[in-house]
Amino acid sequence: MQTTFTAAQLADPHVAESEAILRKCVHCGFCTATCPTYVTLGNELDSPRGRIYLIKDMLENGRAADEEVVTHIDRCLSCLACTTTCPSGVDYMHLIDHARIHIEETYRRPLKDRLVRAVLAAVLPYPSRFRLAMRAARLGKPLAGALKRIPFLKTFGVMLDLAPPSAAPASDSTRPGKRPAKTEKRGRVALLTGCAQPVLKPGINEATIRLLTRLGIEVEVSAGEGCCGALVHHMGREEQALVSARRNVDVWTRAIDDGGLDAIVITASGCGTTIKDYGHMLRLDPLYAEKAARVSALAKDVTEYLATLDLPRLEPKRVSVAYHSACSMQHGQKITMAPKLLLKAAGFTVRDPAEGHLCCGSAGTYNILQPEISATLKARKVKNIEATKADIIATGNIGCITQIATGTAIPILHTVELLDWAYGGEKPEGISALS
Amino acid sequence: MPDKIAFLPPKKSVLDRRDIIVADLSDLLPKGCLVSEPRGLVPFETDAFIAYRNVPLAVALPETTAQVAAILKYCSRYDIPVVPRGAGTSLSGGAIPQSDAVVIGLSKLSRILDVDYANRTATVQAGVTNLNISEAVSADGYFYAPDPSSQLACTIGGNIGMNSGGAHCLKYGVTTNNLLGVKLVLFDGTIIDLGGKALDAPGLDLLGLVCGSEGQLGIVTEATVRLIAKPEGARPVLFGFQSSEEAGSCVAEIIGTGIIPVAIEFMDKPAIEICEAFAHAGYPMDVEALLIVEVEGSEAEMDAMLASIIAIAGRHGVSTIRESQSANEAALIWKGRKSAFGATGRIADYICMDGTVPLSQLSYVLRKTGEIVARHGLRVANVFHAGDGNMHPLILYNINDPEDAARAEEAGNEILKLCVDAGGCLTGEHGVGIEKRDLMLHQFAQVDLDQQMTVRAAFDPHWIMNPSKVFPLEGRPAA
Repeated sequence: MQTTFTAAQLADPHVAESEAILRKCVHCGFCTATCPTYVTLGNELDSPRGRIYLIKDMLENGRAADEEVVTHIDRCLSCLACTTTCPSGVDYMHLIDHARIHIEETYRRPLKDRLVRAVLAAVLPYPSRFRLAMRAARLGKPLAGALKRIPFLKTFGVMLDLAPPSAAPASDSTRPGKRPAKTEKRGRVALLTGCAQPVLKPGINEATIRLLTRLGIEVEVSAGEGCCGALVHHMGREEQALVSARRNVDVWTRAIDDGGLDAIVITASGCGTTIKDYGHMLRLDPLYAEKAARVSALAKDVTEYLATLDLPRLEPKRVSVAYHSACSMQHGQKITMAPKLLLKAAGFTVRDPAEGHLCCGSAGTYNILQPEISATLKARKVKNIEATKADIIATGNIGCITQIATGTAIPILHTVELLDWAYGGEKPEGISALS
Repeated sequence: MPDKIAFLPPKKSVLDRRDIIVADLSDLLPKGCLVSEPRGLVPFETDAFIAYRNVPLAVALPETTAQVAAILKYCSRYDIPVVPRGAGTSLSGGAIPQSDAVVIGLSKLSRILDVDYANRTATVQAGVTNLNISEAVSADGYFYAPDPSSQLACTIGGNIGMNSGGAHCLKYGVTTNNLLGVKLVLFDGTIIDLGGKALDAPGLDLLGLVCGSEGQLGIVTEATVRLIAKPEGARPVLFGFQSSEEAGSCVAEIIGTGIIPVAIEFMDKPAIEICEAFAHAGYPMDVEALLIVEVEGSEAEMDAMLASIIAIAGRHGVSTIRESQSANEAALIWKGRKSAFGATGRIADYICMDGTVPLSQLSYVLRKTGEIVARHGLRVANVFHAGDGNMHPLILYNINDPEDAARAEEAGNEILKLCVDAGGCLTGEHGVGIEKRDLMLHQFAQVDLDQQMTVRAAFDPHWIMNPSKVFPLEGRPAA
């Protein structure tokens, strides 16, 4: 589409990149159809095409963000379904990243929003703080209803609702160090432990370590790694995100130099999308650009990596699995077949819920910041999943697990937990009734 | 250089009362159903015909037919122009507002109301997408036949406005052949029902009149459409040729022989490259032109029809024939074809022509089109419904270069005139909109247009409904 940036504006590499993205959009409107917020709200301003236009108007006019624009940008889940749909190849992800940074730099949010965002940014990326907060949240859970009735405190009530009823103690899977291959060694990977996942569901990485080491893969948890930066990145807090990115790039660069890595294995697809983008996020940093690109190239979702290991085909089990593809998996990383093929090979009957392209409403901190839209999407997702009448739900992202688990009685597990079970591991908790 | 196409000058009486109008509209609509902030109005300034843009006065997003009626009643009382909008995917600018207009967006009217297999009909709200209808009945073995390439996003309301076609219309007909009834809100808020659940209804065929009336006779809020049972099987087959002329003459002979496949789609080399880049469908890259011919029915029926088509293609120098081997491959072949326009955005901006020509003229018009575009120093990609003779030259240009844009527009005008002169018409399925309005006198005599405008005035005496479109501004009846 037509753009009217001045040469001076285009001297800013971020603006230049956004201009190139905008020029690819031909305004065909296909993206509206698969956008969860457009489908829910029916307003083009809450669609990718509408947001692209709002962003273009804001950036072209060099204007500070304002309430009208922020409202609609904030409603974007960053599910990236539009990037799967878009025939023109519009890089919506980096355009909305730029818009979020611009908002963070030029718009002063109301006090309540600032408070909530500051709390999220200060707690979620840090496992020790998050674990503490979870303990407090369990004590506070009875207050959730009351808090939700007070407009100023409503968001905190929503947070209490989302906190799981019980939390696991700190898991050994997060301890830095090497886990040697238990069979003949055929590979070596680093495993991201990340931030929220080991607090909420340490079993996921425990299963990953068990499965990989059994398959002859040495697994290293690199000392010093941590949150990938996605949570703050999606809030437009770019400096904070880049601090996380640089730290992880340094840590994994050491691991690469010290014995090589076949992959950096990630078990939360939301993190995977961001780590695969480190090369882009740090492209303007001469000290990091090259290292970051190398790390991004090695980043693999655990199913993507497992698909390279030629796992044996197992006898069919009498267990049906509804596979929920996380947005960061299918749209962010375009991984669509590997998880399902692995589950099928492991003997599970895999069912595809209808409207599989639509987000479940989790989307990082979205279920906290936009609870109404998130709840509508959750209900729609759960209805489609339950219609499959599957025994178990499998997915590859902790956010979806937390979100969907609060809406259905069907047990939901990470794909790798089922694979670990099928290939000789213990049966995961919560599905003891199944054979 | 052609002049930019003019919209009607905005009414000062409307612009001056903007704040009052916005306040009144907000009284007529639920919360969250009116866009009136200046920032929020900008994204509604155009549709998929992006060369033209006007920020509207306000955008109403009603949730019910009654709300549509209330807005129209209000707008007609105060002589405020109204522009209906479905998904805003029009390639002729049918949904582009004017600065004194209230846009009525039907996007919140997105429910499927009734599926009646006994009568093979579906009744849906106007904002339901074309594809949603087929998806809703697919598991039961049915589909809604007209399939515009934008079917993923475009709405049934917009399809009715433009009498949309699509690849599979060769066999099943276009929107008007599959539309059984509508709920229509007239300019003054009166709600009427036209048609019903049968192919013919008593009385004047007003339904036929409304289908393709580009939002000028009223606003459709509900539609009853025909459902068709899915065929036993369907198989797209790729036929590659070393020249566009050979492919064009092959199409003419297939249809001339009396064979009607479900679809015959044409792509030239630039279009093949564009579509392959997006869909990775495995189109042959060593040909100058490609036909996607889809046959359907039982295996025996498909084999028999294919044998006849292959024999014809052989007489026209076909160099590659490939049948799709799986449902997945067939889906990719169609995904590539249906994404052609959007995928063009990967290499250039474009305007998409929509002329229709007699099949005997297909090769001639293709050649002349290439000459016209080359003379203007531009490139063209051709991807279209060959079986219907409905051509879609995509003129590639750079929208940031005003001279390039003017040349593209001029080339487009020449191509459309060429289609008319070859015995065809300006629009096969995209509608006249704003894009082809000033070419209407090349197609019709003034007396023909006068008669059409008399009918139009019977529905909208004060010309408030999408008034800048379809009919040239000169020669209109005095207001």
